[in-house]
Amino acid sequence: MRLNVDRLTALAVLAPSVILLAIFVYGFIGQTFYIATTNWQGLGMGDISSIGLRNFEQLFIGSGLPFFRFREALVNTVVFTVLFIAACLSLGLLFAILLDQRIRAEALFRTIFLFPMALSFVVTGTVWRWLFSPRSGLNTLPALFGGAPLPPDQWAWFTDRRQLFTFTWADASRLVLIAIIVGLLAFAVFSATRRRPVQALIAGMIGLSLIGWVFLGGVFEALGNVVRPAHGVNLAMFSIVIAAAWQMSGYTMAMYLAALRGIPEELREAARVDGCNELQVYRYVVLPLLRPITFSAMIILGHISLKIFDLIYVMAGGDNLRVDVPGIHMYLTAFRGNNFALGAAIAIIMLLLVACVIVPYLVNVFRTEVRR
Amino acid sequence: MLKRLFSLAIVFVLVFALAGVATAQQGGKLEIFSWWAGDEGPALEALIKLYNQKYANVEVINATVTGGAGVAARAVLKTRMLGGNPPDSFQVHAGQELTGTWVVANRMEPLTELFRSEGWLDKFPKDLIDLITYNGEIWTVPVNIHRSNVMWYIPAKLKEWGVSVPTTWDEFLATCATLKDKGVTPLAMGENWTAVHLFENILLAQLGVQGYRDLFAGKLSWTDDSVKAAWALFDKVLNCTNPDAASLSWQQANDLVIEGKAAFYVMGDWAAGYMTTTKGLTPGEGFGYAPAPGTAGVFNMLSDSFGLPKGAPNRENALAWLRLVGSVEGQDTFNPLKGSIPARIDADVKNPKLYNSYLQSAATDFAKDALVGSLMHGAAAPEAFLNDFQTVVSVFIATRDVELAASAAQTLAEATAVR
Repeated sequence: MRLNVDRLTALAVLAPSVILLAIFVYGFIGQTFYIATTNWQGLGMGDISSIGLRNFEQLFIGSGLPFFRFREALVNTVVFTVLFIAACLSLGLLFAILLDQRIRAEALFRTIFLFPMALSFVVTGTVWRWLFSPRSGLNTLPALFGGAPLPPDQWAWFTDRRQLFTFTWADASRLVLIAIIVGLLAFAVFSATRRRPVQALIAGMIGLSLIGWVFLGGVFEALGNVVRPAHGVNLAMFSIVIAAAWQMSGYTMAMYLAALRGIPEELREAARVDGCNELQVYRYVVLPLLRPITFSAMIILGHISLKIFDLIYVMAGGDNLRVDVPGIHMYLTAFRGNNFALGAAIAIIMLLLVACVIVPYLVNVFRTEVRR
Repeated sequence: MLKRLFSLAIVFVLVFALAGVATAQQGGKLEIFSWWAGDEGPALEALIKLYNQKYANVEVINATVTGGAGVAARAVLKTRMLGGNPPDSFQVHAGQELTGTWVVANRMEPLTELFRSEGWLDKFPKDLIDLITYNGEIWTVPVNIHRSNVMWYIPAKLKEWGVSVPTTWDEFLATCATLKDKGVTPLAMGENWTAVHLFENILLAQLGVQGYRDLFAGKLSWTDDSVKAAWALFDKVLNCTNPDAASLSWQQANDLVIEGKAAFYVMGDWAAGYMTTTKGLTPGEGFGYAPAPGTAGVFNMLSDSFGLPKGAPNRENALAWLRLVGSVEGQDTFNPLKGSIPARIDADVKNPKLYNSYLQSAATDFAKDALVGSLMHGAAAPEAFLNDFQTVVSVFIATRDVELAASAAQTLAEATAVR
């Protein structure tokens, strides 16, 4: 590592962005985490003291309704993410395959499908709020053909209060906790047999400390006290998924279309010569080759859906429990309720959720680059 | 060398010149922060125009942040205040929103001296002065009064359906059944905050003036049987509302009544402004009004006001603004356009050229009724309570669990009390 002019230039060029990133991204993440470990409420800054990880603990096992609302938002986010990604991938793939059939006016259709992506979520939210408005929107469509409008209480769209697959938070989190602990311990044993002592040690330590937290911290008892209302798959969430998928499926279509065009015709020809029908060509040749694109699309859609705020805030308002998400809950907790510490804790949890999606992707990218 | 000195001198001259310009401008500015735009914009603009007539050389910056009925504005204001960049004066609901957020955080200047020197202490109702007093000091200048407990209807439609205006919630529930049989929504409701608005007036009817005051003073528990009875009543009343409430703004819910799809609507009296100005209806004939069931003789009020933040960049201009806001002239300029009544008791409310018949009747009630503060609109409870209470109401609408709502509200009240 000698310091020559090249290296110095490189350092000088990199330094501004590294410093700015360090302050304005990582510095503020650090500050947010610090705030999340305090009891800061209200606009006074005088009596702030550290309370450790209590805010995080409260969010997951606290008994008050604000914490219930956070958990409802968390469940909604998971439901939304799964449905949104599934809808975008399947619609995008469908449109891409259809467009790939050498049809006429392909460019026109491509533009039409891609166009919603150019809108902001605020515009999409406003438009779909009108469309899904139970009294005046899509529900009145049958009237155009001489039928009766759909009844607003049955077709309530984003105002629907019904839930499917209900469960209580206590049951679900007991199951998840046990699954995580068993998984970690199994992974530790597995690593030990494969002679990876460091991996085994880390997994084992985390597993054992979780056991300690669960039993010494009285987690199961606390879970028994959390408020009763059930969580579940909220029907209202489907309206949000439709609006979001309408906007983003054109984007996955574009990605898939590019990938489809990149598959050499020879491969399909070879499959056909080997006796595949068209379905089998897609099943055994095209789809496996699209896997990396699917992976990238999932990452991009995943971090959009985990952070979603504007679409739902505009479409369904800020206090619609059945479509609440952590982003909205964070905003209202911090800036309407003046509970900055709890808001910061929710922000950190959102960051961790997104990290769960992004970090494996980055690791993957990093590995492939090193291999090259 | 000489050349260099010369250029240095030029730079110095320029810097000082710029600094001079900057200070001259600073002396002549006034930044007013509010969420009044759209329908409510003209009232504020009229007040600013009046200010400019008196202080012609002051440049007034009308800093408005719209959206979410003030939620967006308050969020921006909080970041500005925390960042040490306060406006010269800002709009705030008189009562706990002011006290719980700003006064206890030591971010406001007391205005008792201003009230004394202007002789305002006996020009505002005593209950209102109490609402803006904390630790023996007055903290804000109220500009208007709105009423929360009003029920709106269209007289011609009621005649058509053969129902009269209910004066108690029991009567309302009977009327509710009649109207449902005719396929009319008995009570219009909009998004979540309008449900909280409805609930506060049910609470007021159920508890009475003293009970309502005791509840927010912490002398009555939220788990008391009388409060639980209010939740149970709220449950029954919710069954009389439109199922698509969450998709409607307060104006759209009001439209249901105007279009004859719903019979009644409990909303603050900004609805009168909406129906007269935007919809062109005449108060008393085009639309009717009555106190919300069970609240006759009570005026559930909220008040917009302006305060003086510590560290206001143009303190003298801000004080001149506050003197104007609190004057009879200022209040009579602002309120007819805003559709509210003046906070002062000696304003020109009897003048029919300024105030329409609804506002005159509201002013009459304001002068003689018992006054209580609105929960939803920042008078009765601090923002920390109200924010989570909106969660409580949204959970209640979904679950209808009285015990859960009662205990959650009590936990909140204990955690967020400002005494």
